Amino acid sequence: MLYRENGQFKSTYRADQQMLPIVQDRWLMLALLAVAFLVVPFAASNYLFLSILIPFLILTLAAIGLNLLVGYCGQISIGHAAFMAVGAYAAYNLVLRVPQLNFLVVLVLAGLIAAAVGMLFGIPSLRIKGLYLAVATLAAQFFMDWLFARVKWFTDYAHSGSVSTAPVELFGWRIDTPSEKYVFLLGVLVVFTVLAKNLVRGHIGRAWMATRDMDVAAEVIGIRPVYAKLTAFGVSSFYCGVAGALWGFVHLGSWEPLAFNLTVSLNLLFMIIIGGMGSVLGSYFGAAFIIMLPILLNQIPLLLGVPISTAMAAHLEFMIFGALIIFFLIVEPNGLARLWAIGKEKLRLWPFPH
Amino acid sequence: MKAKTGLLCAAIVAAATASGAALAQANEQFFPVLVYRTGPYAPNGVPFANGYVDYLKLVNARDGGINGVKITFEECETGYATDRGVECYERLKGKGPTGATAFHPLSTGITFAVTDKAPGDRIPIITAGYGRADSVDGSVFSWNFPLGGTYWSAADILIQHLGKLNGGLDKLSGKKIALVYHDSPYGKEPIALLQERAKMHKYELLLLPVTHPGVEQKATWLQIRQQRPDYVFLWGWGVMNSTSIKEAVATGYPRDKMYGVWWSGAEPDVTPAGDGSKGYHALQFLAGAGQGQVHKDLLRHVYDKGEGTGNKEDVGQVLYNRGLVSAMMTVEAVRQAQTKYGKKPLKGEEVRWGLENLSIDAGTIKKLGFEGYMTPVKTSCGDHEGARTAGVQTWDGKKWNHTAGPYEADMKIIGPMIKASAEKYASEKKLTRQECGKN
Repeated sequence: MLYRENGQFKSTYRADQQMLPIVQDRWLMLALLAVAFLVVPFAASNYLFLSILIPFLILTLAAIGLNLLVGYCGQISIGHAAFMAVGAYAAYNLVLRVPQLNFLVVLVLAGLIAAAVGMLFGIPSLRIKGLYLAVATLAAQFFMDWLFARVKWFTDYAHSGSVSTAPVELFGWRIDTPSEKYVFLLGVLVVFTVLAKNLVRGHIGRAWMATRDMDVAAEVIGIRPVYAKLTAFGVSSFYCGVAGALWGFVHLGSWEPLAFNLTVSLNLLFMIIIGGMGSVLGSYFGAAFIIMLPILLNQIPLLLGVPISTAMAAHLEFMIFGALIIFFLIVEPNGLARLWAIGKEKLRLWPFPH
Repeated sequence: MKAKTGLLCAAIVAAATASGAALAQANEQFFPVLVYRTGPYAPNGVPFANGYVDYLKLVNARDGGINGVKITFEECETGYATDRGVECYERLKGKGPTGATAFHPLSTGITFAVTDKAPGDRIPIITAGYGRADSVDGSVFSWNFPLGGTYWSAADILIQHLGKLNGGLDKLSGKKIALVYHDSPYGKEPIALLQERAKMHKYELLLLPVTHPGVEQKATWLQIRQQRPDYVFLWGWGVMNSTSIKEAVATGYPRDKMYGVWWSGAEPDVTPAGDGSKGYHALQFLAGAGQGQVHKDLLRHVYDKGEGTGNKEDVGQVLYNRGLVSAMMTVEAVRQAQTKYGKKPLKGEEVRWGLENLSIDAGTIKKLGFEGYMTPVKTSCGDHEGARTAGVQTWDGKKWNHTAGPYEADMKIIGPMIKASAEKYASEKKLTRQECGKN
């Protein structure tokens, strides 16, 4: 009843091809942005910012990056934390060695360096597919772990291999309180989301999707696989590089190579599988699921006042979390984004379904 | 910006009072307890956590709190993972009427991460026997307290011990020492000092990293078999320790040439290898294994009432005692701070003063029932470590025996390294040094 598009006529191609063609969606999005930018910074607690919202925003960015590659271009990668690490260490070295650079420039340069490395490790994708490619990207993960743990230059010869950074400063704005960090990250994420959304609707995204669906057919209709696959690796690593730099500088403040280990790569992959492959929105859902659920599960016994040992709570968390992942994959193999789409379809017909 | 921060603070206080309604009676001091009772490090994390929590229970049951201020505490499971540790820190820092007293992160990785946050939250970080070695320098690391020893002290003491065994440090020349270490900030921390000493005494240092969690060490021990080092230093934690000793048995490397740091010298590390562990040495941090007056009190006031956290038989194990001592030093810091700020629940920054002016002398140790399980600790602004002595203990197949020492780490070597490293941290972080003696 509320959510119908009757009477919304599109008289131009421009209107027809908008990102959000339905008026209600546009209002919803505006309201959401208004809440996220204007209400949350004042209403949320420090705990919410530092433990949930900030990791959520950064990992969403990384998940979008991975989704561009895996969900849109069909090239599996289980080494994307390595590109986050490249971004983080590139940013660290840029700030250390060229301190006068603006942080936004540092972010972009870190992203570009990660993109270059990503394209390098994407070269095998031209020859191998599927699980074989996954194993090749795993090499990126182990190589980067090794590189940043062993080559001391990257960590500025720190004793323990751990590097630390000063708070980010942007045009005289020192981003050090949790709410400021949140606003800054939200701004970055919005820009990158819009970019991703447009990218996948344009000719590049279509080339990726054609390659994903059938690479031989894509080649026949004139898409160069080298170009499609390598741009996907490049853009995807760019996103992850930026996310890695933000993870290091804004979230952690000091980190060791362990912060970008295989677990992070796998978590990113789970995020997009559960959230929905080939969906930008799904990256948000997946990141929320993977980050918030374990923390919530861990605290439920305490919140309910159930006297339960710490170890038991931790074990329960693992069990329920695992069961929920399986449940969602059985109920909707196409991810939470698909559930969302089904919900929207239903809402359009409500209250008079056929 | 002021208004925004104010609002935020109000929100935190509101959240803290709402969630801690049951705890919010005025006269309570809140102790956050970061633990790992699950995962590959649980065998070592559990006894430490039990000891820590039991001591807090004892202070409540025996003394009625710290000068009448009851202790409350809450555990949070980190699983030794840095991100979960940071989440726990954020979760617990605002609880209780005055917020968290002090944090024991119990992981070098989490220590590095929360070291960044502590100055902003004004909560001290206590890293008794671990953490950043350079945080001894209180003028840069105002909020960090590596009480009782750092890894640089530990490595220094091990080299001194080898020097003594060989009849002088100069006799180490030409010897080969292998460091088998957990490939994380924890394991890498001693390398700087061992290299510094290697330059002085001309021994050869082999660095053999083991990746987390350390159950796969075949390649490492193959290298040891090829290189035949004269001594092996073990810098492991959790399941890595027992695996190393088993591998040493398998490769036939003599256990009495192996020296563990104080985190590689507890019962769960040696018992899995059975008789193979006999002769293995490890450093002894402040307290060794065994039972003293405080344990009698614990059994009487806590365990006999059925309030004990772990098994009665485990009271007095190495790591249990270390948890006990860590809790005791924190409680004493609160007591010290009460002399300045009054006998009421204290904020983190007030406890910080107590930690910086901590003085646990032989008399206090005796009074607290820790005689024989503790060395005196005295801190100051320039020295957040407070004590840097350790003995060597040896496993005889049934229990740990004190066999050598105590040795004191040589500040002539460590001091300049701490200063240089702290200086570098300050410049990276754009911090200015606090002048010592101002507060």
